[in-house]
Parts: sequence; C-alpha cells; structure tokens
Amino acid sequence: MGISSGNITPILSILPEILLLILALVVLGLDLGLKKFSPALIGWVTVVGLIFSAIGGVMISGHQSGGLYIWGGMLRQDAAASVFQVIFITGAALTAFFALEDSKCVSAEFYFLLLISTLGMCLLAASSDLIMIYLSLELASIPLYILAGFHYRETSSVEAGLKYMLYGAVASTIMVFGFTFLYGFSGTTQLYAINAAIQTGQIPPMVTTMAVMLILAGVGYKISAVPFHFWAPDVYEGAPTVVAGFISTASKAAGFAVLLRLALTILPVLSPYSPYLLAAMAVASMLVGNLLAINQKNFKRLLAYSSIAQAGYILVGVAASNNLGAAGVTYYLMAYLVTNLTAFALAQVIGQANSNDDISSLAGLTQRSPVLAFSLLVSLLSLGGIPPFAGFVGKLLVFSAGVQAGMAWLVIVAVLNSVLSLYYYLKVLKIAFLDHPRETPLIKIETNSWRIAFIVCLAGILILGVIILPWYGWSITAASSLALY
Amino acid sequence: MTAVQIVFLAVAALTLAAAVMVVSLRRMMQSALALILALVGVAVIFALLGSGFFAVSQVVVYIGAIAILIIFAVMLTQNSMSPEHSQMNPGFLYAALGSALLFSSLVFILSMWVGFYAIPVNLDPSVDTITVLGLSLTDPQGFALPFEIVSVLLLAALIGGIYIARDHHRD
Repeated sequence: MGISSGNITPILSILPEILLLILALVVLGLDLGLKKFSPALIGWVTVVGLIFSAIGGVMISGHQSGGLYIWGGMLRQDAAASVFQVIFITGAALTAFFALEDSKCVSAEFYFLLLISTLGMCLLAASSDLIMIYLSLELASIPLYILAGFHYRETSSVEAGLKYMLYGAVASTIMVFGFTFLYGFSGTTQLYAINAAIQTGQIPPMVTTMAVMLILAGVGYKISAVPFHFWAPDVYEGAPTVVAGFISTASKAAGFAVLLRLALTILPVLSPYSPYLLAAMAVASMLVGNLLAINQKNFKRLLAYSSIAQAGYILVGVAASNNLGAAGVTYYLMAYLVTNLTAFALAQVIGQANSNDDISSLAGLTQRSPVLAFSLLVSLLSLGGIPPFAGFVGKLLVFSAGVQAGMAWLVIVAVLNSVLSLYYYLKVLKIAFLDHPRETPLIKIETNSWRIAFIVCLAGILILGVIILPWYGWSITAASSLALY
Repeated sequence: MTAVQIVFLAVAALTLAAAVMVVSLRRMMQSALALILALVGVAVIFALLGSGFFAVSQVVVYIGAIAILIIFAVMLTQNSMSPEHSQMNPGFLYAALGSALLFSSLVFILSMWVGFYAIPVNLDPSVDTITVLGLSLTDPQGFALPFEIVSVLLLAALIGGIYIARDHHRD
C-alpha cells in the first residue's frame, strides 16, 4: 500500500510538535558530547530549532483555513491553534536566549524541559478532546515545576518549585473532576460533540454550572486568576527569573488558549451563567492584583501581582465570548508576551547585578544604565496600557469587545483598574529615574544572545503597538476559526 | 440496597480512611502501608465496576511495584521526617470544614440530575474489553496520540526527577 495523502496528513499536521520533540532529544544528545567545548551551543541550537518548528507550523496553517479534526478528533487543526503555537514557540525561543545569561540555567536539562513544556502548550492550543486537554496541560506544567525549582541551591527556588507543583496538582485534579462530569453527562470526550449531547440530555443548568466551575478552577490556576492565584507571588519570586518570565507569559497564554476554546464552544451551552462567572473572575483578579501590587517591595512580586491583574483584563475579552473578544485576547497575549518578557529580562540582569530583587535597588537606574532604564519605561508603560506601546492595543481590543457584548460595567471597572495600575508602574519608574542610587554595582550583560532577545522584545512592543493591522488580521482569523463548528 | 452497593460503600469508606491515614500518620513506614491499603481499595472499586483488567493492573503496578519501591525508599532514607512534628497544620479544621461543605454541596447539586439515581448497566459480557482497549490505544483514530504523549510526559518526568535527585555536591 502506497503512502496516500490521507495517511501522511495526520503526521504532517503535528509537524511542529514532532520537530520540538526531536529538538528536545537532540539537545539531550548534544549534552553528552559537545558541552565541554561550548555550553552556550545548546541554547543556540534550541533557538534555531524552535524557529524551524515555528516555520513548520505556519506553513501548515497556510494550507488549512477551517477546522480539521485529526487523530480521531483529539486535535483540531485551525488558525487559532497555529497562532497560539507561534506565540508559545516565540516565548520559548526568547526564554532560551535569556537563559544563557544565567549560568546556573545553562544545562541540557533546562532546555530539554523548556522544550517539552512548549510541546505541551502547542498540543494544548490544538486540543479538542477532554483527554487531550488534560494530558497536554500536564505535559506543559510538569516540566515547569522542575524549572521553577531549578536553582537547587537556593531554598526559595526549591520552595517555589514545590509550591507550584502542589497547587498545580490540586488544580488539575479539580479540573479532571469537572471533566468526568462532562463525560458523564454527555458520554463523549470530544469537545465539539459535547454540546449536542448536553442539549438532548435535559441536565439541570445548576448541575452543569457546577462542572463548569470545577473546570474553571483548573484553568484559572494556569492563568493565575483570582481566587486561584495564591501560588503566583511566591513562585515568581523564588523561581529563576527567566523561568518566572516564561511562566507568566507563555504558560499563561496556554491557559488562555484552552479557556478561549472552551468559552467559544461548550461553556455557553453548559451554563448560562458562564459569562458572569468569567466576569466575576476578571473583576476579582483586577482588584486583588492591583491593590496588592501597590505595597510590594520586591520587583518580581510586583510583577506577579501585576500579572494577576493582567489576567483580569484578558478575562474581560474571554467573558465577552464574541469574535472581537477572542481576537482581543489573542492580540493581548502577543503584546503581553513581549512586554512581560522585557520586564522579567530586566529583573534578571538587575537582580544579578544587585544580588537582590528589591524595587529600591532600581534607584538611579538612569545613571547606571540609560538603555535599561529606557527599556524599563517602555515595558512598564506598555503593561499600563499607554500608547504607542503594544499593551494599549491589547487593552483597547478586549475592552471594546466587552462593550460590544453589553458588559459596559465590566469595562468601566477594568478601565478604572488600569488607572490604578499606572500608580505602581509609575512609582517604579519614579524610583528608577529620579532617586539617587544607593549602590552602584555595574550592570553587565555578558551574552549577545541576551541582547538579541532583548532587542527583539523591545521591537515587538513597538511594532505591535504601531503597526497593528497584520497582527490584528492574524488574531481575527484565529478568533473566527475557533467558533466554526 | 443491593449487595454490590454495600460492598462499594464499605470499600469506599476503607479507601478514604486509608488515604487520610497516609497523610496523618507520623511514621513514614506506616503511611506507606496505609497507601497500599488505599490502593487495594481502588483495585476493588475497579473490580466492582466490571473492569477486571484495571483491577489486576492496579494490583500489579501500584501495589506490586510502586508501593514496594516507596517502602524501599522510606527504608533507605532514614529520619527524613521526624515523628516529633505534628502532621496537622493549624488551619486544618477550616480546610476540613471547607472540604465537607464542598462535598455536601456537590452531592446536593448532583442529586438534581436524574442520572444520579440511574442504576448501572451491566457490561455486555461478549465484548472483550481488553482487546478494545488495546486496539484503541494503537489506533490513530483512537487514542494513539494521547498514548504517545504519555510516553513523552514520562520521559520529561524521569529527566526532571533525575535532575532533582542526583548528587549535586559532586559537580
């Protein structure tokens, strides 16, 4: 029997994932022979391989515009999956470059685990089956638990890894519990078949709402939304800064990828209350994140609370559950990826120079390194949603989606919260620009890879904030491919 | 109440009690033994559900292999947990209260659904469930992809485990 196109399609359609797996194994192999000559080689190989798998993913998505079910309905190959895969792979590549600056992270295990986690995220974005969602979520999370505790000599890093794992285990158990209810109600694990089964099943909405709440607990943990956010500050503070950056951007984007798919497919049918549940999570995340961020002394903790609040803004777009909302969420996540990675990269080099992460040690950054101070300005203003930076466009899109969905009250709360968040972003900038430095150890950046990744991030913030149309087009294509049945 | 239901309730109670003992007993060895008891309970529940294959795998894999490994690990790592410390967190009462509340509300909400009172249907004895399972795990239109993903997950967990556990003082 010859190989027909029907046989080869399933393999081709998971080409980026297969390339990622091969790359991960190559990295492990390289460690055996080549590590002695040049430890940084592993990082460069990782980045080059990631670029190839991203190109592979984009090429496939060019062939396929609508949703195509592959592997017996386990995955749904659509534009949304491809766009999110590009987001994850970009995040992983930037993180791989940033990690080369942190000598304790330059090892094959680090890159292997980073790649496997990315592989899990890529599968998660395409998953259209409850079993596949659970498995790929675990595949994305378990390597991150180890990465969070990667600095094994530091108690805080080990504590971060352990905390992240314990919270993660409980959250995913609760989510699986919710999935079992869905399977019990509908008799199928296929996401796009559950709706029909639920509608014929005559199940009281209270009962399905309960299942929705259990599932939201699992996803809410992944995106660090209140009330499932308790792990975030401790993990961000303790974990290696590069890992914290990856967790706060790519891992959060993975959670939103699956949440978007759920929100546009089964959640409205399962529960008439789901937009309100999501809106409640959004309001709680924004308020708790912003209010607790104000008094933080540690820069990484501040970024953690800011990241909780950002999850709240993005949830506004999810709660809107319309096309514009989904596009806004996608755009926001692209913008957030480059913006927050910039902030964490800054935290990384400044923390290494000062050997602490206190906000007060940012004092006089303009005198110590004008370039870094300017970058801090760009990234924090983008987080605060000030034009012409990327964060502004993201906020604009999710907020207008909220208005379109008739949730004006939610948008008002979100806008007020954005103003509130500016207070602590500007407070950090005030310290960096106006205060006099207490201590002036040199901030030195040793690797070109860090510089390259940093320039890419900064350029991303500006490009996503100024040249909007191409990325908006991507987001709209992704959003409309999700809702197609 | 049928005999099967009585057996189920008894086994479920035993499993839960054993699971509580795993986290509340002071000596690690006793916890490990309680864990075996809990795993036996799960195996019995699989058997009650008519899934003989899972019951046997549970016994062979979890009790036969993993529990023994855990016992060896406990015996090789002495004093990793001293019996003097209390196993109870100060907030454990609130946690217990919250869990009880959550459990009762879950049961209450589920009781609104007709499926809650449905009587389990016996499986068709002519279907060989093991063959179906085996075929679906290798069928590309079935569960071949999740099956392969699990192997990647295990590899990642293995390498992560080695990284954490290896003797870092040497390098």
